Amino acid sequence: MIQLQGIEKVYRTDRIETVALADVNIRIGEGEFISIMGPSGCGKSTLLNLMGLLDAPTRGSVQINGSPIATYRDREVAAIRNKEIGFVFQVFHLISDLSVLDNVQIPLLYRRMSNAQRRTLAEAALDRVGLSARIHHFPSQLSGGQQQRVAIARAIVGRPRILLADEPTGNLDSQMGDEVMGILKTLSHEDKTTIVMVTHDQQKADQTERIVRLFDGRQVN
Amino acid sequence: MLNHYLVLAVKVLLRRKFFTFISLFGIGFTLLVLTVVTAMFDHTFGPDATEPRQDRTLYVDRAVMYGPRSTWSSNAGFKLLDQYARNLPGVERLSIYEGNRTVHSYINGKKIASSLKRTDDEFWKILEFTFLEGGPYGTQEVAEARFVAVINATTRRRFFDGRPSVGQTLEADGQRFRVIGVVEDVSELRTPPYAEIWVPYTTSKTDAYKKEIMGDWSAMALAKDKAAMASIHEEFNSRLLRVELPDPKHYEAIVAPFETKLESFARFVPTSDRKDPESQVWKLVGLLAGLGLLFVLIPTVNLVNINISRIMERASEIGVRKAFGAPARTLVGQFLVENILLTIVGGVAGFVGSILALRVISQSGIATYARFTLNPRVFAYGMAMAVLFGLISGVYPAWRMSRLNPVDALKGGASR
Repeated sequence: MIQLQGIEKVYRTDRIETVALADVNIRIGEGEFISIMGPSGCGKSTLLNLMGLLDAPTRGSVQINGSPIATYRDREVAAIRNKEIGFVFQVFHLISDLSVLDNVQIPLLYRRMSNAQRRTLAEAALDRVGLSARIHHFPSQLSGGQQQRVAIARAIVGRPRILLADEPTGNLDSQMGDEVMGILKTLSHEDKTTIVMVTHDQQKADQTERIVRLFDGRQVN
Repeated sequence: MLNHYLVLAVKVLLRRKFFTFISLFGIGFTLLVLTVVTAMFDHTFGPDATEPRQDRTLYVDRAVMYGPRSTWSSNAGFKLLDQYARNLPGVERLSIYEGNRTVHSYINGKKIASSLKRTDDEFWKILEFTFLEGGPYGTQEVAEARFVAVINATTRRRFFDGRPSVGQTLEADGQRFRVIGVVEDVSELRTPPYAEIWVPYTTSKTDAYKKEIMGDWSAMALAKDKAAMASIHEEFNSRLLRVELPDPKHYEAIVAPFETKLESFARFVPTSDRKDPESQVWKLVGLLAGLGLLFVLIPTVNLVNINISRIMERASEIGVRKAFGAPARTLVGQFLVENILLTIVGGVAGFVGSILALRVISQSGIATYARFTLNPRVFAYGMAMAVLFGLISGVYPAWRMSRLNPVDALKGGASR
């Protein structure tokens, strides 16, 4: 499903060069639920961004379903992100001026479908995460856990085959964190969604099928 | 999708009310000034009921006689027009008329100042006045120098308390005229129609005007069709080369071209060359365009700056949209919709302000009898300006936004 080969990511400014990732090779199969762990600054989020096609490697190749992304134009990469990949962020990144329902519909705005279809899919996604009663609320009216569930609904509304979650429970208490993990595991088991989760939490990582460990930008396992 | 953008646009505008107000005020005020100026320009030079054939009418107003060290600039003289402007090929009708002069009358011990114009009979055939009573003087009245007058509605009110006045006698400038017609008031900004009292030019107190090459006279030539206008202009210019100039020791040439109203007005622009018989209108257009551009540039640059800072505030939202596959073009379109909405709201505010401003200007008496209004054409120009304004001030910030790296945008807008 996702294949990274010989990945290197270097950030250059006028004065310094930072190697964020070096010689990373990862293969993730369809339906796998894996986590990426490592100390702060080891390159976890950078790796997730590369998997999510939000950034491009300095060297190496990223393949989604066997297709090398490097040959694609920006418009085509954006289309792949829209169709195949969903994102869940640590700080939720919900748009405060939009209702819960409107936030969840965002990925569908960039697909050809009617307003009624968008609404139906968004309501179904919110139902899956248990927030049907909150569709007209605004993010500021929700708890942290509820906001993260809205973010998950937004990530899955378009039925992507890949879900990338960057510290999804990082800003939540343990109970809310468990709720979110429950939703992710359900998506993995029932929808066979490929899930890659970055986490600091060993307990959460142990609930996944495989752990990829990074240290100073390199894989250690 | 448009609904989504419009809803979001409204919410974004309401998020920072003060800055939105500043933006709307800048846009509204700029458009108010431009719309008012356009309305006044349109009132002065645009189509009008009294000048329905303006698009095929040429005018001679200013004349310049010059030599190596001397220049004489004034209106044309009667002799210049009478002798050289008649029977030009392509002319359907020609009218010669004097510049307005202020004359005084005394009614019940009260002094009344009126604007009086002396014209020929062709004047009434080229222009179209709305007569409330009677009619104009004709060829015979002019030939026989009859002391008859057409007055406007305000003069009827001043002299005769608004009662029917055809047949009544009116004294102006020491002469007595019999009123034969009353017309609706004409705006002071509409030349040549404007005056308050019109009389045959043959009633002038002296005949000295008949010998003058330079004086206080003007002519308007109604062309048979628009195609004839260029040849009228050229033929008259070639006739002017044969004019017998007074004082040839000091003056060697005269320029007094037949031009459109706008071209004639353009000769007043400081940078125009009055000795050049060819059109100077491009200098006027250039000056107005330059001033207009400068005037619009300031709020545009201001709005561009505000938009860029607003984009940076919304970097997270942009990052999310890009992460979920929003194409750059769609994001640019979203932002332009928001910006155009803002400028349309500002445009509407400017439009409402323009109506009020034009009413105040009309009532101020800054130009006698002028009633400035917003007609559909001027409104369309105003809204087109608002949309253009929105596009121009939104394009660069939208382009900047589309270039934001999603990772950096999600971090808060810092670009690498």
